[in-house]
Amino acid sequence: MAVVMTNVAATKRKKRSQWGLAFRRYRRNKLAVFGLIWVALFLLIGVIGPYIAPYNYQTANFLAANSPPSLAHIFGTDNLGHDMFSEIIWSVQNALEIAFGATLVSFLIGIVLGMWAGLRGGLADLIIMRLVDSMFAIPTYFLDLILVVSFGRGMGPILLAIGITGWASYARLIRSQVLSMRNSDMVEAARSLGASQTQIAWRYVLPNVMNSMVVALAFGIPGDLTVMAGLSVVGMGLRPPLPSFGNMLAQSGVNVLGYPWLMYFPAIVFAITLLSFLFVADGLQEALNPKG
Amino acid sequence: MSVEPLIVAESISKNFRVSRRTLRAVQRVSFSLQAGETLGLVGESGSGKSTLGRLCLRLLEADEGSVRVGGQDLAKLSPKALREKRKEMQFVFQDPMASLNPRMTVGKAVSDALRIHGIGTKQERLNRVEELFTRVGLSPEIIDVFPFELSGGQQQRVGIARALALRPKLIVCDEPISALDVSIQVQIIELLRDLQKEMNLGYIFISHNLGVVQYLSDYVMVLYLGEVVEYASADDLFEHPSHPYTKVLIESILSVPSSDAGRRELIAIPGEVPSPLSPPSGCPFHPRCKEATDHCRQEKPLLREIASRHQVSCHLYA
Repeated sequence: MAVVMTNVAATKRKKRSQWGLAFRRYRRNKLAVFGLIWVALFLLIGVIGPYIAPYNYQTANFLAANSPPSLAHIFGTDNLGHDMFSEIIWSVQNALEIAFGATLVSFLIGIVLGMWAGLRGGLADLIIMRLVDSMFAIPTYFLDLILVVSFGRGMGPILLAIGITGWASYARLIRSQVLSMRNSDMVEAARSLGASQTQIAWRYVLPNVMNSMVVALAFGIPGDLTVMAGLSVVGMGLRPPLPSFGNMLAQSGVNVLGYPWLMYFPAIVFAITLLSFLFVADGLQEALNPKG
Repeated sequence: MSVEPLIVAESISKNFRVSRRTLRAVQRVSFSLQAGETLGLVGESGSGKSTLGRLCLRLLEADEGSVRVGGQDLAKLSPKALREKRKEMQFVFQDPMASLNPRMTVGKAVSDALRIHGIGTKQERLNRVEELFTRVGLSPEIIDVFPFELSGGQQQRVGIARALALRPKLIVCDEPISALDVSIQVQIIELLRDLQKEMNLGYIFISHNLGVVQYLSDYVMVLYLGEVVEYASADDLFEHPSHPYTKVLIESILSVPSSDAGRRELIAIPGEVPSPLSPPSGCPFHPRCKEATDHCRQEKPLLREIASRHQVSCHLYA
C-alpha cells in the first residue's frame, strides 16, 4: 500500500503547461533563438541605453566631425560631430517606444473591433468590416504622413499616427478567427452550460485567438519600425536632434561615398533588428501553432 | 399520468435557409419523456436528429411548436432565465475534443460549469470536480491535463462529467459514442446507463447505431428527412417494426451469427437519402420503398397511432 501511495504522489498533478511545450518547440528553431537574444538585447539597451551611452545625443563635437571609427568613437561621428555609437543606442529607445506603443494602439483597437464584429455579427460586423476595407483602400503611408503633418512630429503624435492606421489587419484577423469559432462545438458547449456572451468571449474565444495574436504582434512590431523609418526618409520622422534610425539612414545617404560608416552601422543594426523580430515572429508561429 | 413529464415537445419544426433555398430539417415532431426514461432518435445522416436534439435544449430556436422542460416553455424564457434553466438540461457532444476548450485543463472545463453559475468556492468546486471525475471513471490525477493529452474515451468521460456537474435532469447525447473505438463504446454506454439509474436522468439519445438504441432506449423515434416515420416503445418497435423504412433499418443491423444457420444475406436499402433541400413529393421515403404505390408518390402520409404509443406514418396502415 505504501509503495502504491508514493507512486501516486510522484505522478500526481504533473503540471504540463502548453507554454512549456511551445517553448520546447521554439528552442529547436536556431534563427528564432538568435532573434530572441537580439530582441532581448535590444529591449535591454532600450531601457538602460541612456545610462551606458558614452555621449549624450545632443553632444556635438565639431572638431571631431565626420571622423572614421576610432577608439574614442567606435562607430565614427557624423557631420556635426555626434558620436554614432551613442546615437544608435539612443535611437533604440525611441524606436522601441514608438514601435511598441504604435503596435499596442493598433492591437487594442483591432482586438476590440474584431471581437465585436465577430461575436455580434449583423450591422456591427458590416460597419466595422467596411471600415476595415476603407483602411486597406487608403495607402497607409500617406495617411501616416497626413496625420504626422497635422499632429506634429513629436513622439506621441507619430506613435498615434502609426497606431491608428495599423489596426485594420488585426481586426480582420481576429474577426475571422472568432467567426470560425462562433459556431463551433466548443462555444455551443459553453452555451449549453449556461455561459453568457461575455463569459464565452473571455474564457473560450479569447484564449484561443491569443496565439495568432501574439504572432501577429511579433510581425507587427518590425512593420511599425519600418513605417517609422520610412517617415524619417521624407523628413517626417522624429524631429532632430532626437536620434532615430530613419534619420541616420536618411542623412547618411548624401555622404555615403565619403563617410560610409554613417550608413553601415545604423543600417546593419537596424536590419538585424528587423530580421530578429521577424525570426522571433516566425519561431512563435511554429511554436504556438504546431498544427500549421 | 399525473406526473409532469420531464420534457414535452409539441409539433416543433425547424427550417434552415441554405443559399436561398429552404431546408426542412425537422418537421412537426412531438414527443414527451418522463424522468429516468430514454428516448432514442434514429436516422441516417441528414435526417434531422441532431437538429432535433438541439431544438430540445433551445440551442437552436424552433420555427414552430414549443418545448417544455419541467413544465416551462423554453421559448418564453428570457436569455437570463434560460441560462439558469440550462442547469437542468445538458448536452453531450459527438466529438468530445471539439467540444472542450483546448486552452483549458479538463478540470477547469468541468469546474467552469459551476463557475458560470457562481456555485461554490474554488475549493468546493475542486472537490466536486474530483468527485465527478471519480464517478465517470477518470483518475482525479488528470485534472490538470489538457484535452489533447487524453484518449477519445477519456475526453468523452470529461464531456459527461461536465454535463453532470450541474446535476441536470435531462441530458441530450448527440452520438456520444460514434467517434470512439468499439471497446470504449461499450464502456461509455454502460457508464451512461449506470448514471441514469443512479440519478434518474432523462436521456435523449441520438444515434445511427440501432443496436445501441435498442439497448438503451425506452422509446424510439425513427426520423427520415426531418419527419417522424415511426415512434414507439423500444420493445414494440424492434419486435413489430411497421414502417418499411424501420424494417430495412432493423434488417441492416450487423450482428455476428451464432451458427451457420444464423447466417443471412445482408439487405441494403436501395438508393440514397434524397437531398433535404428538394424532398420528394408525397411520402419522403417512397423513392426507396419497395411497397410504394401511386398514392405514396402523391400524398404525404400522416402520423397515425396503430397501437398504444405506437405511431407510424405510412399509407399501408391507413
